[in-house]
Amino acid sequence: MGEIIKVGMADLKTCVSPDAITTLGLGSCIGIAIVDPVTKIGGLAHIMLPDSTAIRNSQQNIAKFADTGIAELVNQMIKIGAKKERMVAKIAGGAMMFAFKSQSDLTMVGQRNAAASKQKLKELGIPLLAEDTGANYGRTVIFYPETGEFHIRAVGKEETII
Amino acid sequence: MGTNTLEKVTENYYDVLKEIGNIGAGNAMTALSEMLQTKVDMHVPQVRLLEFCDVGSLLGGEEQIMVGVFLGVEGDISGSMMFLVEQKSAKHLVNKIMMGMGSDGEEFTEMELSAMRELGNIITGAYLNSLSTLTNLVIYPTPPELTVDMAGAILSVPAVQFGIFGDKILLIQSRFFDEIEIDGYFILIPDLESYSKILASLGLPVDGLV
Repeated sequence: MGEIIKVGMADLKTCVSPDAITTLGLGSCIGIAIVDPVTKIGGLAHIMLPDSTAIRNSQQNIAKFADTGIAELVNQMIKIGAKKERMVAKIAGGAMMFAFKSQSDLTMVGQRNAAASKQKLKELGIPLLAEDTGANYGRTVIFYPETGEFHIRAVGKEETII
Repeated sequence: MGTNTLEKVTENYYDVLKEIGNIGAGNAMTALSEMLQTKVDMHVPQVRLLEFCDVGSLLGGEEQIMVGVFLGVEGDISGSMMFLVEQKSAKHLVNKIMMGMGSDGEEFTEMELSAMRELGNIITGAYLNSLSTLTNLVIYPTPPELTVDMAGAILSVPAVQFGIFGDKILLIQSRFFDEIEIDGYFILIPDLESYSKILASLGLPVDGLV
């Protein structure tokens, strides 16, 4: 068994099998796991917001946004030997933690995060193999580049694997 | 328009926010004490400005199960507010409100959730009331929503709102006791324009703000 590398909120990291990579307590944020199945190089980004271009002062942490975060993760994976054309992805998170009557942009941010993540993956030509997004509960995820399995845990629920 | 970030706001006005937090939390604890009909003691609240990645560790880890009460703030200012308390402490408080008739175990029954929502309503209401008195601004809370989940997931909601203008989150930790020690966390999330309004109404200069 390798180590399990931890990714914080608005953060991203890469890992190589047999190591795995995890992020805890995803709410409206999205965990995007990418792997090159040949080199077994994997990566995980924990993004919070859909779009860096919609933000006024955008010289911020690029791992925070779906568009810049995914692009950066892919670059970092390429740097350590992964090939973009072999990459595949899985995503989880994007919950609506509180059900408000007024469906403002902010309450819908989970959904928008999911949509933006898929859009960016599509743009980069990285196939999305599976997703577990939406609903109203938090998720902890662990990604194993060895098998490509994405384990998802939630409070009071059985662990699922996508 | 100057570049306005949360860091800049808090750099200059940390003490003011701390004082607002102090008075707000004090008022909230008085309300709680009345509701529980017992004496509730509290420490001086701590104002914490945290990087997103450190948020979870403060509350006992991202996977610590907590009860979160979230509501909108309207009127002269706009934004939202959250009150968080660890699950076991919430259970203890709810059991007291229900005069010892709460359920065993860690799960909440429908009635307990309803009691917890009411408790959140009163605590956050008292907090906002003191802010309103202090600033002379009209502030209304919207009805609260409640969830029981992992700390990280609950905190993603205010974090996203802070994330729009910075990489840090400002929260007020208020530690109080009745029979047991309880950590409650208040997070007031005014939008940036409202920050300026709050500060201006307290007679503070708002140069360099929006």
